[in-house]
Amino acid sequence: MSLRIVVCVKYVPDATGDRRFADDNTTDRDSVDGLLSELDEYGVEQALRIAEASGDAEVTVLTVGPDDAKDALRKALSMGADKAVHVNDEDIHGTDVIGTSLVLAKALERTGFDLVVCGMASTDGTMGVVPALLAERLGVPQVTLLSEVSVEGTVVRGRRDGDGATELLEASLPAVVSVTDQSGEARYPSFKGIMAAKKKPVQGFDLDDLGIGAEEVGLAGAWTVVDAVAARAARTAGTVVKDEGEGGRQLAEYLAAQKFI
Amino acid sequence: MSNDFDLFRISEEHEMLRDAVRSLAESKIAPFAAEVDEQARFPREALDALTANDLHAVHVPEEYGGAGADALATVIVIEEVARVCASSSLIPAVNKLGSLPVILSGDEALKRKYLAPLARGQGMFSYCLSEPDAGSDAAGMKTRAVRDGDFWVLNGVKRWITNAGVSEFYTVMAVTDPELRSRGISAFVVEKGDAGVSFGAPEKKLGIKGSPTREVYLDNVRIPADRMIGAEGTGFATAMKTLDHTRITIAAQALGIAQGALDYAAGYVKERRQFGRAIAEFQGIQFMLADMAMKLEAARQLTYAAAARSQRGDGDLTFFGAAAKCFASDAAMEITTDAVQLLGGYGYTRDYPLERMMRDAKITQIYEGTNQVQRIVMARNLP
Repeated sequence: MSLRIVVCVKYVPDATGDRRFADDNTTDRDSVDGLLSELDEYGVEQALRIAEASGDAEVTVLTVGPDDAKDALRKALSMGADKAVHVNDEDIHGTDVIGTSLVLAKALERTGFDLVVCGMASTDGTMGVVPALLAERLGVPQVTLLSEVSVEGTVVRGRRDGDGATELLEASLPAVVSVTDQSGEARYPSFKGIMAAKKKPVQGFDLDDLGIGAEEVGLAGAWTVVDAVAARAARTAGTVVKDEGEGGRQLAEYLAAQKFI
Repeated sequence: MSNDFDLFRISEEHEMLRDAVRSLAESKIAPFAAEVDEQARFPREALDALTANDLHAVHVPEEYGGAGADALATVIVIEEVARVCASSSLIPAVNKLGSLPVILSGDEALKRKYLAPLARGQGMFSYCLSEPDAGSDAAGMKTRAVRDGDFWVLNGVKRWITNAGVSEFYTVMAVTDPELRSRGISAFVVEKGDAGVSFGAPEKKLGIKGSPTREVYLDNVRIPADRMIGAEGTGFATAMKTLDHTRITIAAQALGIAQGALDYAAGYVKERRQFGRAIAEFQGIQFMLADMAMKLEAARQLTYAAAARSQRGDGDLTFFGAAAKCFASDAAMEITTDAVQLLGGYGYTRDYPLERMMRDAKITQIYEGTNQVQRIVMARNLP
């Protein structure tokens, strides 16, 4: 039976745009263009490489998001994924990371999987905890923050580069992995890939399909509440140290005062 | 009335292609554009990036191993590459120009032999029509091809050959019967490795400096008869039919160069402060930007309409191809000149990309038929 790889991807506001919050303190998705999170492109890339190396694998991309999130799925399909699953329900609006992991886990139970691949974090929320939450909910091993990943038989192996050490890790399938932005440059969609993407199947689920109650997700179901948001103060001009023979010392003193050295 | 149909709007797939090429061009081609121009060197990085992503010759049909892109998709690829580096955009553009005679008029065996390696990235294709004494009057060419049994022997000089020396394959137009003038011209595929093929010194040009332009010398080049493209005497017709399609790719370059200049200038005027405010707040600047964007969008609509005609093979293609090339290149010259003006003294320096874009824009008014020749073509083919 072929290897079933599912990549969890997120549709996020373009980080180069002017991102804002809506009146309910959730991300304002209307005022800025969205796209497939760049960090999730690495997940799609690694899934495709594992599938190509295996020769007998199927790559599914899974997202939880509003109607426009289909653009993120389409991008992943144009890169080469085989099919997509889109969980979309108005009641999901405002769901926190705990609820998101619940929705993803239920969707993964529906699709079936041997390997779940995630990016290291989203580029909007940047929490980076979904892979661990997913593994816990699914009761499978987690091997996170990998800069290299491969599958041999029923084992997934990977390398995690830490500050002090490099760890070589492995886990039996099924498992959840996350990959970093050092794992290898994501491919660009080819013309053929773009043309083929429209014809690939996209399955839709709502909360009822997944057996999730509206009260378990959304703003009401969230474990955390955002009371208020304030824009960070604009950057001010930095400190200029004029070198009159003591420049090096002054620079060191400044850095020491800021606790950089 | 329903709004859920595509009236006069390009498809979602074409927009996705634009996003993909723009992203590739910005990360893999743009970083080298200034250096390629400054050193007048071939943009090897661009060729590698385009080939790796199957964008170097997207027009090649799928049955010959190509991406099978339609004419509009090909325009978008060229446009987005030209937006960051005009020299690099000559890779997909000239691969189409050089190989289109084979696609339009070649027999099956010739297509299989030459389109497959082009699609695989194993050899670029150049187009050899002009000669030292035959430019706008291309039919006045002197390069001769003389039959010798199962071979043709070619002698002559071709001038202004884009990517000469880098390309593996050359479509060469040569006189096979001097009595018949344009009907006595035939087209051939010549390979770089054929004995007797050599190249002149690279021309020292105003712009598109990264794309080598050289003479091609044919000195008793003996090639098998099956290298002829189409029937004897059809070469000039093939050459002209090719230009109907590929003038649209020159329009695409012009659009890209102009878009790159407009994007840069529009960003600059918001940053540049004089008299206590961003110069973008002055109406004199705003009017210039509005005119630039208006001309560019008009040129784009005409070019895309022409591309659709190229794809369908409509009867009015000749007019549309010439009109798109002429209008877009004139617009690009005006827009890039105004973009330099918006940057003032900075625009005139090589520390900013605009003077390069202005120099690169100029060629689009000249090659594949000067804009004066385009007006002759349009006048003879009014819609």
